[in-house]
Amino acid sequence: MTHLVFEQVSCERGDRLLFEDLSLKLLRGDAMLVTGANGVGKSSLLRLAAGLLAPAAGRIIREGRIALAAETVALDEDLSLFAALAFWARLDGRNDEAIAAALAAMGLSALAEVPVRLLSTGQRRRATIARVMASGAPIWLLDEPASGLDAPSIDALTAAMAGHLAGGGLILAASHQPLGIAMRELAL
Amino acid sequence: MTPFALLVRRDLARAFAHGGAWLPLIFYLLIATLFPFAIGPDAALLAKVGGGVLWTAALLAALLPVERLVRHDVSAGVLDQLAIRGQSEEAVAGAKLAAHWLSFGPPLMAATLPAAALLNLSAATLTRLELSLLLGTPGLAALGLAVAALTASLRGGGALIGLLMLPLAVPLLIFGASPGTAALKLLAATSLLFVAGTPFVAGAAMRAGRT
Repeated sequence: MTHLVFEQVSCERGDRLLFEDLSLKLLRGDAMLVTGANGVGKSSLLRLAAGLLAPAAGRIIREGRIALAAETVALDEDLSLFAALAFWARLDGRNDEAIAAALAAMGLSALAEVPVRLLSTGQRRRATIARVMASGAPIWLLDEPASGLDAPSIDALTAAMAGHLAGGGLILAASHQPLGIAMRELAL
Repeated sequence: MTPFALLVRRDLARAFAHGGAWLPLIFYLLIATLFPFAIGPDAALLAKVGGGVLWTAALLAALLPVERLVRHDVSAGVLDQLAIRGQSEEAVAGAKLAAHWLSFGPPLMAATLPAAALLNLSAATLTRLELSLLLGTPGLAALGLAVAALTASLRGGGALIGLLMLPLAVPLLIFGASPGTAALKLLAATSLLFVAGTPFVAGAAMRAGRT
C-alpha cells in the first residue's frame, strides 16, 4: 500500500535548521503542494522524502517506488531523448511503450530522436517530467515542475498529475505557481 | 540486462562519445614519441629505458579521463537518480570501474605496440610490458576512479587530481617497470588492493558528496 509519512521530521543543512517537527501523511491518491519563500527548505523536503538526505530528527516512512523530478534533468546530453529516457526506463524495468506514452503525454514525441543537449529549458523540464512518468513509480516528488513551462505544457503536466492520482499514485510537489489541480497545501 | 550491465554500458558509451577515450591514447603515443627526441636516436639506450618510459606515459595518460568520470554525474543529478532507485553507491562505483578500465586498459595495451616500435623495444621487453600493463591498468583505473569521486564535489577539484593520484600510483609504476616475476606479483597485489578498495572509497565519497 503506497504511502509517504513524515513523523516530526527536522531538517538541517550546514548547521542551519530549515524546519522542525514536520509531520505529514500522504496515501494513495493524495497530493500535497509545498509552498514557501526561496531557501526555506522545499527542495530539501523533497530530497528527504526521496531518501537522499537524512533527517536531523524524526522518521520518514515510504512504501512504494519513488520518482524524483529535481532541478537537474539527469539525462545523458549526447543521447537522443528517447535513448536517454530508455536508460532509466530499463533500470526501472519499463518497456519502450512506457517511454513513448510519457513522451506523447508531455508533447515531446516529435523530439524523441533529438539529442538532449539541443533541448530548450522548457523542453528539458518536460523531459524530466516524462522521465518521472515513464518510471511507473507510485510516489512522485516534483520540484518546481512548472517552472519554465508554457501554458499548454502546464496543462499537460496537470493532466499527467491528475492521471497519476486517479491511478492510485501520490504526489508531493514544491512549486511557486499553482499546478491546476486540487492539492493540500503545506506552507514552510 | 542487469542494472550493473546497464551502468557499464552507459559509462562505456559515454567514454567513447566525442572520441573522449581516444585522447589518453593519443597522449600516450605522443609522450612515447617525445622521448626519442629528448634522449636522442640511441637505439640501445631507448631499448633500455623504453619500458619505464611507457609506464610513465601510461600513468600520465591515466590522469586525462579522471575529471569526467564522476563530476558530471554529480552535477547532472545522475547519482541522485541512481540512489533513489536503490542502487548502492558501491555497486555504481564498481560498474564505473569496470567501464573505465574497459575504455582505458585494453586500448592502452593496443597502443603499446606502435609505442614499442618507436622506442625500439625487444620482443621480450614488449611482452613483459604488455603483461605488466594487463596487471597494472586495473589498479590505475581504480585509483583514477577513487580520486575522481573524492574530487567530484570540490570546486576546482580538477587541479587536485594529479596531486592526489600520482603519488599513490608510485607503487604501480615501480613494480610495473621493474624486471623479474617478484615485481609482477607485487604489481598484481597492489593493483588488486586498489581494485578491491575503490568501490568502497568511491562509494563513500559519492554518498558524502550528496549531503
